[in-house]
Amino acid sequence: MSRQNQSLFSAALVGPAFLGAFRKLDPRAMIRNPVMFVVEVVAVLTTILFARDALAGGTDLLFSGQIILWLWFTLLFANFAEALAEGRGKAQAESLRRTRTEMTAKRLTGPGRDYETVPGTSLKVGDLVLVEAGDLIPSDGEVVEGVASVNEAAITGESAPVIRESGGDRSAVTGGTQVLSDAIKVRITAAAGSTFVDRMIALVEGAARQKTPNEIALNILLAGLTLVFVFAVASIPSFASYAGGAIPVIVLVALFVTLIPTTIGALLSAIGIAGMDRLVRFNVLAMSGRAVEAAGDVDTLLLDKTGTITLGNRQATEFRPVRGVSEQELADAAQLASLADETPEGRSIVVLAKERYGIRARDMAGLDATFVPFTAQSRMSGVDLDGASIRKGAVEAVIAAVSAQPMAQRGSSAALAYHPAAETEVVDQVRAIAEETAKAGGTPLAVARDGRLLGVVHLKDIVKGGIRERFAELRRMGIRTVMITGDNPVTAAAIAAEAGVDDFLAQATPEDKLALIRREQAEGKLVAMCGDGTNDAPALAQADVGVAMNTGTVAAREAGNMVDLDSDPTKLIEIVGIGKQLLMTRGALTTFSIANDVAKYFAILPAMFLTLYPQLQALNVMGLASPQSAILSAIIFNALIIVALIPLALRGVTYRAVGAAALLRRNLLVYGLGGVLVPFVGIKAIDMAVSALHLA
Amino acid sequence: MTPNGWIQIALYCAVVLALVKPLGAYMTRVFEGERTLLTPVLGPFERGLYRIAGIDARQEQTWLGYAGAMVLFNAAGFVLLYAILRLQAGLPLNPAEQAAVAPDLAFNTSTSFVTNTNWQSYGGETTLSYLSQMLGLTHQNFVSAASGIAVAVALIRGFSRASTRTLGSFWVDTTRATLYVLLPLCVVLALFYVSQGMPQTLAPSIEATTLEGGKQTIAVGPVASQVAIKMLGTNGGGFFNANAAHPFENPTALANFVQMVTIFAIGAAFTNVFGRMVGDERQGWAILAAMGVLFLVGVAVTYWAEASAGGVLSNLGLSGGNMEGKETRFGIAASALFAVVTTAASCGAVNAMHDSFTALGGLVPLVNMQLGEVIVGGVGAGLYGMLIFVIVAIFVAGLMVGRTPEYLGKKIEAKEVKMAMLGILCLPLAMLGFTALATVLPAGLAGPANAGPHGFSEILYAYTSAAANNGSAFGGLTANTLFYNTTLAVAMLVGRFFIKIPALAIAGSLAAKKTVPASSGTFPTHGGLFVGLLVGVVLIIGGLTFFPSLALGPIVEHFAAVAGQTFATGG
Repeated sequence: MSRQNQSLFSAALVGPAFLGAFRKLDPRAMIRNPVMFVVEVVAVLTTILFARDALAGGTDLLFSGQIILWLWFTLLFANFAEALAEGRGKAQAESLRRTRTEMTAKRLTGPGRDYETVPGTSLKVGDLVLVEAGDLIPSDGEVVEGVASVNEAAITGESAPVIRESGGDRSAVTGGTQVLSDAIKVRITAAAGSTFVDRMIALVEGAARQKTPNEIALNILLAGLTLVFVFAVASIPSFASYAGGAIPVIVLVALFVTLIPTTIGALLSAIGIAGMDRLVRFNVLAMSGRAVEAAGDVDTLLLDKTGTITLGNRQATEFRPVRGVSEQELADAAQLASLADETPEGRSIVVLAKERYGIRARDMAGLDATFVPFTAQSRMSGVDLDGASIRKGAVEAVIAAVSAQPMAQRGSSAALAYHPAAETEVVDQVRAIAEETAKAGGTPLAVARDGRLLGVVHLKDIVKGGIRERFAELRRMGIRTVMITGDNPVTAAAIAAEAGVDDFLAQATPEDKLALIRREQAEGKLVAMCGDGTNDAPALAQADVGVAMNTGTVAAREAGNMVDLDSDPTKLIEIVGIGKQLLMTRGALTTFSIANDVAKYFAILPAMFLTLYPQLQALNVMGLASPQSAILSAIIFNALIIVALIPLALRGVTYRAVGAAALLRRNLLVYGLGGVLVPFVGIKAIDMAVSALHLA
Repeated sequence: MTPNGWIQIALYCAVVLALVKPLGAYMTRVFEGERTLLTPVLGPFERGLYRIAGIDARQEQTWLGYAGAMVLFNAAGFVLLYAILRLQAGLPLNPAEQAAVAPDLAFNTSTSFVTNTNWQSYGGETTLSYLSQMLGLTHQNFVSAASGIAVAVALIRGFSRASTRTLGSFWVDTTRATLYVLLPLCVVLALFYVSQGMPQTLAPSIEATTLEGGKQTIAVGPVASQVAIKMLGTNGGGFFNANAAHPFENPTALANFVQMVTIFAIGAAFTNVFGRMVGDERQGWAILAAMGVLFLVGVAVTYWAEASAGGVLSNLGLSGGNMEGKETRFGIAASALFAVVTTAASCGAVNAMHDSFTALGGLVPLVNMQLGEVIVGGVGAGLYGMLIFVIVAIFVAGLMVGRTPEYLGKKIEAKEVKMAMLGILCLPLAMLGFTALATVLPAGLAGPANAGPHGFSEILYAYTSAAANNGSAFGGLTANTLFYNTTLAVAMLVGRFFIKIPALAIAGSLAAKKTVPASSGTFPTHGGLFVGLLVGVVLIIGGLTFFPSLALGPIVEHFAAVAGQTFATGG
């Protein structure tokens, strides 16, 4: 799936949408949209009446013919909007479908590597298959044995291969992706037709689209308004007969269709489809429209510290020696200890030593050095060279190691220079520095050379650039951010303060996360989070918006209601924005649609009642040319405004994080007041065109 | 328009506003079940009533239970009132020996008083016995008002409570509304009115000999007590046919002023009860502000239209405004103000003939009612009517801040929207539907006294008044016929219960929801922006529906009058 932005009205999309607009006139499809269904019923009835009148040689056929034509246009424009929105998804679905060509599978028949070749469609959940280099993975599953690099470009658009291995959090594989190297055994977790790709296709095509709760409520409102205007228009004939006249049916129909909220009715489903589509373009798959809507409502955002708020790796930012040791000496020792350390932390120490003290990298082999790797038991790493031993590691671990060494084995200079009292003082100093480092949000790393404590390296969590501003923006949106971290509370508090999150959960276990979500929800808040591990699954399922990383486990992907194909946890922020945009677009167009009615009344009412009471000409504030051109202009405006608003419906109203009050003021001004004024101008302009062309 | 007139209007607004907080605080205590100043006196009486009725005051009801109790209570009230009216000839306290009320009129009148409409197809002093007036009508004046208050209280609880199924007890709310709010105020008001010269007697009508030697019957009766609740409970049913234009029913300028104040007093203060109960008084003030904007526009238009009646009147050589149908005692300002107050508040008492107002002056009362009586509105009814509009306004505009719309921490979802639309739908259905019927059927066409648009306005006004539960009459329409009595009664029932029951359903649904804490992403509902939005939605959704009918009635009449045209008098 490509992320390139297709232009809204590209020829490739407009053509099929044009045909789709006619196909969607099928009443069985129309009935899903109550407002437009009513318009269709009215259009059919007036067409029949028109045919009867035409045969009987009625009068004013040109006028009523034009009105009826525009009624059909109104319907076609609405269908066109929906077809266009769907078309964009369809194009994406096509490219997905191409990946799902006929696949064969190597189904394992025994515990070894014996297999039989079967069609991919015959696989059942629980089957074990072998996938070797070059093979396509036949269906969704979980790696149970082996490790392989996999090209997932088919679903993510990202061509760099990813590693998939058994156990751990990177065990999920997706049907349709290709194994590039090695071989893996995969347990199938999805039956044919219900795989990830299948669901993606259904989602982007809009086939699986169900009305969201908010859309249902809006439909009720629109249906209610339609009924109100049924009463308003249906009572007019008797009022007219009281006044001693009659109003032609076609005029009543024109008034009715312009009054009911056709603008929003026509664009409602296009807005919903476009909202999902925006997510897809963002490489996020929402399993339901409900989830997208919920994203707009999110009150609390749980964000993992590592990778989201901070760069994945800690970096050395400072060397803090104990008294009597120079920074240079500490830096030198720390650099030596880290030369062979390939961890990002280790490399950052080397970089810092070079940048700050000009200590160049030395060749390990030339130094005849032995690297002592980090183990979970020792919690230290280091190097032995020329009889010297340098260690760096967790503060308490290094202190313990230093104290355990007998005096005699310590470096001679150290033995002479220090006595026990001084030694405790050094330990206290190191501990004090370590404490300060932790309070500043860093991780302290003690360094010792030949059993002598030299000082502490300050490893710092680097907060991502610009993240503070993002959180400030979220706060303006009214969203509380909570940082989740395994760090101790002291470190967590410092990072939280630096990043500008509202709250943090330190030393978090999966149970803590789940409890936090439940607590927030009990207060009536909606919670969003993202996660990838199996132990995230309960929290993902509990959260109102759970975004699973595509690299995550099957369990996580099943539990969340969105999947981020790029596995980028920061996207949660954009997802919230897209959810809000969807709701805003609906509200803006509804407001606009209702506000339009004022002008339409002023166009049609004086025209309609002029034969009864010529005095009502005073209501013709727009000075429309004739009653017929006034009515025709109103119905043309009503149809054309749909087309004019299609780009807005598909792109969405721009969301600005400026707080609800400012946002509402702006949108009320644009879509409320604008909605009252625009049709006055529009109808007048159309009226001038209509009378210039002598259409009425 | 005179400075004196504007000062009267300003003074009126100031007095009403001054009452909002104290009355609101008191009523909040009453409905929260807390101790009040009157508890030592009324408490034992209240408990006694529950004991007799077998009500457990702590037993709360779900919305269905609450609605069921409300319907049952009103149905019983209807049966009782109908029986009294039909049997009044044989019952005591009938010194004028009034005959039994005809079945269709009794049906209309019973419905009218049970629904707090007080539409009167009859002349009180020539139709009803004292017993019918006191036990029948005055009794319903109290309890129909109390039942409206109860529904409003239940709806407020829907907003203020969270995660619960119950809304309080209808029996307790109605009892407390009557006992602690309506009765004490009415006792004070009745005494005041008597001091102003209003009759309060059970003696029969007075036979007087005029200076010319003719015989005249001067009707008196227990007037003051009925007038007190008629205004306070926004009932509006007059003791006399001339209603508040009758010198005995509105003796002095001061009595007129107090009557107008009491029409608005409870309705306006209820916005404060709302604010207090949801824990943010500003919310109540915002709603009152929206009502206030609509009210002031109405008053200004009516006063201007009546004071500067040009067109036909100036063609006739008249100047100084339109005094036709107005009491010289009150003048144009007080009459215009009264007309707007009584139609804004669903009261329906009149101190001038709205039929004789200018076209635009008569348009405002009509629009006030068509908006659903939400400008202060009937006691309780005004608030729940306005809250229904609030739900629609919040739903439409609230989406524009990018969240599922919420009001006071409650999410507005499909169920609330459905019920709110039902409440909004029923008014155009009853008002326009019955007007359409009456303008084509011979039985309907026989009603109006005037031809042309004015006759149309008379019919439209009648059904509008009935469905809005206002009860004021435009005048000119002969309504005491089988057709009008029956259709108007149905309009009253639709307009009352098809709003009350959806309002309770909304309350039930809201009470069951959690309350979402407000954040900077929440749409603020206490500022000018919200007030403007609410006014806009009330005008566009509540008002636009009626534009065609208004165009064919008062609007065309106005343009015709400006041009100096009249329509021939006929049917």
